[in-house]
Amino acid sequence: MPSTKQPSEPVPPEQNPPAQNPAAQNAPAQNHPAQATASRGKAVRPRVAGVGRVLVVIYAILALGAFGRSFVQITEQFSEAPLAYTLSAISAVVYIVATIALVAHGTIWYRIAWVTISFEMLGVLVVGTLSIIQPELFAHATVWSYYGNGYLFVPLVLPVLGMIWLSKNKPVPVSNQPVPASTEPSNS
Amino acid sequence: MIVWFSYVQISVAVLAGAFCLINGFTGRTPNDFTLGATALVEVLLIAQFIVALIAPAAGNPPLGDVLTFYVYMISALLLPAAAVFWALIDRSKWSTVVLGVACLAIAVMVFRMNEIWLVQNV
Repeated sequence: MPSTKQPSEPVPPEQNPPAQNPAAQNAPAQNHPAQATASRGKAVRPRVAGVGRVLVVIYAILALGAFGRSFVQITEQFSEAPLAYTLSAISAVVYIVATIALVAHGTIWYRIAWVTISFEMLGVLVVGTLSIIQPELFAHATVWSYYGNGYLFVPLVLPVLGMIWLSKNKPVPVSNQPVPASTEPSNS
Repeated sequence: MIVWFSYVQISVAVLAGAFCLINGFTGRTPNDFTLGATALVEVLLIAQFIVALIAPAAGNPPLGDVLTFYVYMISALLLPAAAVFWALIDRSKWSTVVLGVACLAIAVMVFRMNEIWLVQNV
């Protein structure tokens, strides 16, 4: 039967009506429960939505920046400051993993996101402090030197925002889920 | 790099970024204006890339590190393109905010590229 509209057509979970809903615009946190339908595993994470997407983009930009810098440092002058440059490379990898972990599905990735973001927080605090009290150790800049002032202090602020976001967007147990749609959404 | 052109570019990127952020936070989904502003930033970057390729032959070589400069250049070229791509897929107001974030990041990156070009070992 052509063109029969099914009355109970499942609504794709990713549709983001708050964008058109002026009442919800100032409360991005309210957007999230609506997206908690894609079901995978025993507990699922809502797809990254709302302001979380901006967070992911800023993480991606920082990952790109850290990666670019450490690539240049290691190819050109690794022997000058092996400690600082190894740290640069590690921080670049951690930012890349954190970016992926924020987006990826599953509770494991949720934990990885916590681990990597905590590592960043620790890194920026420890290296930032060391670069001030022991500048000779970090004569060559890393993302985290001087609390990330070479990156407009984004490395200092971002882990905090990331942690707030993660704690507000915990994986949802399946029992709390609405009946899952029969088809996986084709994309986001 | 040509100094005045860089400053024009930074100004355009800041204005485009602020414009997209305002549009995004007031709830507009990506439209021709915000996408166009980001596209303009990208076009200026491509022009800057061509300028950077030609300038050394015209007696305006970079004083700082060439590899660093081009890592910034390539990253910068990717950013607005990726943001526009994102905005075409995800039609939410946050994509407009993403466009703004990308434009502002470009402003910072061009400022750094300018420093690398003009000053040794920044």
